[in-house]
Amino acid sequence: MKRLGKIYTWLIMGFLYIPIFVLIVYSFNESKSRSVFTGFTFKWYKELFSNRLILSSLGNTLLIALISSVLSTILGTAAAIGIQAMNKKARSVIMNITYLPIIDPEIVTGVSLMLLFVYLRTHLHIPLEMGLITLSLAHITFNVPYVILNVIPKLRQLDQSVYEAALDLGCNPTQAFAKVVIPEIMPGIISGFLMAFTYSLDDFIISYFVSGPTSQTLPVTIYSMTRKKVSPEINALSTIIFIVVLAVLVMINLYDARQTKKKQARISQSF
Amino acid sequence: MAEQYIIRLKNLTKSFEDTKVLKGIDLDIRDKEFVTFLGPSGCGKTTTLRIIGGFTEPDAGDVFFEGKRINHLPPYKRQVNTVFQRYALFPHLDVFENVAFGLRLTKTPEEQIQKRVAEMLGLVNLKGFQTRRVEQLSGGQQQRVAIARALVNHPKVLLLDEPLGALDLKLRKEMQAELKSIQQRMGITFIYVTHDQEEALTMSDTIVVMRDGEIQQIGTPQDIYNEPKNAFVADFIGESNIVDAVMPEDKTVTFGGKTLPCVDVGFEPGEAVDMVIRPEDLKVVPLEEGQFTGKVQRVIFKGVHYEMKVLDDTGFLWTIHSTICEDAGQEIGMRVAPFDIHIMKKMKKRRKKSKEKAVSGEAVSKEVEGQR
Amino acid sequence: MRKAVAAPYLVWMAIFIVVPLGLIVLFAFTDSSGAFTLDNIAQVGQYAGVIWRSILLSAISTVICLVLAYPLAFIISRKQENQQRTFLMLVMLPMWMNFLLRTYAWMTLLEKTGLINRLLGLIGLGPFQMINTQGAVVLGMVYNYIPYMILPLYSVMVKIEPHIIEAAQDLGADNISVLWKVLIPLSKSGIVTGITMVFVPAASTFIISKMLGGGTNLMVGDLIEMQFLGNAYNPNLGSAISLLLMILILICMFVMKSIDTEEEMEGMLL
Repeated sequence: MKRLGKIYTWLIMGFLYIPIFVLIVYSFNESKSRSVFTGFTFKWYKELFSNRLILSSLGNTLLIALISSVLSTILGTAAAIGIQAMNKKARSVIMNITYLPIIDPEIVTGVSLMLLFVYLRTHLHIPLEMGLITLSLAHITFNVPYVILNVIPKLRQLDQSVYEAALDLGCNPTQAFAKVVIPEIMPGIISGFLMAFTYSLDDFIISYFVSGPTSQTLPVTIYSMTRKKVSPEINALSTIIFIVVLAVLVMINLYDARQTKKKQARISQSF
Repeated sequence: MAEQYIIRLKNLTKSFEDTKVLKGIDLDIRDKEFVTFLGPSGCGKTTTLRIIGGFTEPDAGDVFFEGKRINHLPPYKRQVNTVFQRYALFPHLDVFENVAFGLRLTKTPEEQIQKRVAEMLGLVNLKGFQTRRVEQLSGGQQQRVAIARALVNHPKVLLLDEPLGALDLKLRKEMQAELKSIQQRMGITFIYVTHDQEEALTMSDTIVVMRDGEIQQIGTPQDIYNEPKNAFVADFIGESNIVDAVMPEDKTVTFGGKTLPCVDVGFEPGEAVDMVIRPEDLKVVPLEEGQFTGKVQRVIFKGVHYEMKVLDDTGFLWTIHSTICEDAGQEIGMRVAPFDIHIMKKMKKRRKKSKEKAVSGEAVSKEVEGQR
Repeated sequence: MRKAVAAPYLVWMAIFIVVPLGLIVLFAFTDSSGAFTLDNIAQVGQYAGVIWRSILLSAISTVICLVLAYPLAFIISRKQENQQRTFLMLVMLPMWMNFLLRTYAWMTLLEKTGLINRLLGLIGLGPFQMINTQGAVVLGMVYNYIPYMILPLYSVMVKIEPHIIEAAQDLGADNISVLWKVLIPLSKSGIVTGITMVFVPAASTFIISKMLGGGTNLMVGDLIEMQFLGNAYNPNLGSAISLLLMILILICMFVMKSIDTEEEMEGMLL
């Protein structure tokens, strides 16, 4: 039974990783063929790094991810604090609307924002060309809900008497917020920020509908490359992304493991 | 001489939604006094404390601090600090920073902060815990940090909201003694909220017994215990036998066809009253010497004494604390000295209900304990 | 006063969530000149085949994901803690790569001159037509979305204590009854979350079908995209289809939520 489980696990892992593995192997293939390996080369990597379109869209992606995650973190944290102070009815109406971008199919969010931007340009004559600005606006829109959803539980966990204790010890309400409430909900703010940042980096569907021909994000550029069928630079790019993601995940895991260990040590120490 | 009072409460009322929580509280608290608000849960003691702390505003009535009306003064401008029920320590700060919190707000010089925090941690026996994180501390240690944090600002009054509720019995006893000695060393006023009568009797200079938003009695622990003003106080503080009785004339009380001498005067002839006798004031005597008699139902060994449940011929079940042990089934006589009989005006309302409340209050605090 | 800090977000929400959805409704019920019409809604009927295919293919993918993921999630949840961490990381890693790259990988494997056909050729089989089939679309969706099934399942199963299973065995349950009477009821919320998280994006995808299904296996998503950015340019019809898709998905979510009374958002927050 145990052996069977092991075999099964590795079969699924194989299913998950073989395509990526093949992609990586062929990134070093001399010829453009995606099935015959003719010789080892780094030339696709060289071409990748001299491809201005890819480099500029990488720059756009990072810029938009940064702008949108910072702004959505500020907007979302403030929203969460305000929403938490509202009465139940107002809160549930707002939260239901907030959930919409998360539940709605991404393509619907994408086309609805596209309609909005077109409408603003044609009917209200706001000069809003599809580009960095529309991309940032769209990314903030789909990121804010994630920040709110991360911060609200932390606010709910917050012991009301901790806030009162700060007032008691001499904080005015603003100071009490800055010195006690914000530090307490910081883990939620940070995870909301990280989530926003990664979703922004990874988004294709919504960006696809609101990007312009001159300013694309990396996923949109990748998409146009796959349309050309044969382009080994994608393999090279995938390899690099894979390694970056792997490194990040391993680091997070090591950090997590260490935190748990520390926590355990702390618990055993205090008893 | 109004100045000798540090806090005066004048006819405070407060409602939450439709429930009247405070129905006119009048209270004067002297400087350097250890005052305890005692009562079952829902009696308004915590609300009164929160009004003094500035976390809740009264609907009507006034709060005076050193003669000045402070109804609308926010908590951060009051010379009053609070030890919260579940400590409310700041989890993101270590022990030192928790205690230093108030000092940093007033931009106290760093060396001052170091000195005063160290002094406070010494006072609560937490030397060497400066860099510990709050969640590393046991309940008792967290409690000490909360006390140090509140005292470091040198408040004139310290408010404590059931601070020992979440601790186990042994620790609670230790902390009671320590709190009392801290109060004496600091020489400031403590206002302490609890539903635990023993805690109140041990520590307080003055006890304020509350029930359903009203003050029942204010007095020293001895007064409250020995001369309870009504059956509720008698019942809530210690154990009591409370019997329906009638006063035919001054210094005489009858119940169940028997007449006993007592020392109380000033009731209407024939007025129905509550007669209260403490279990330890009932003497077990040979059958024929008893003022009244009964049959022992159960005997429970309580360490220093035996507790006997004795059924008399009217069907009342007496509780007696005695060092003499009689067997169950034995007929015994009982005597009580005239000055040990306390006669009280009949309570308006259900006594039984509030006793249940007291019990449930304890259950709540047990629950809190369980969650820790 | 504290409520006021939510004001900027409320304005944002109105402009970028409420108004755009309002525009979709507006476009769905107007023609290109802006006059009210029901034509767009009526026209959607012509595409019933595409809609049906989308639902069918994504339902098949969801079932396959569930069947494949369930045992794996259970196996992982019974491992030691540090091993669990490693396997979770292995499950999440492909998820962090953009789905276009993952789909592209399968394109290269499945094509006529791709690696699979070449390997089969070595043992004298094929070549088979694999890419541009419905099977390829299903495979692509399973591959892309299976982590979204594994993770919520794992997160409920890890909370099932081994004692509970042992107790069931002790009371005479064989493996099959343990599965049906203990494991599945206890992991219901994970199953529901997993199904929702796979079905919703699968039903509305438009790239996977385009890349692996060729031009012939269009799905609703492709249809919408064509109305907005493709040759068929007709945002009014596109809005009508979007509206329908949105309603379908909301109904589906509602049904799922009513099955699973305790709402579990955990899985979503990965």
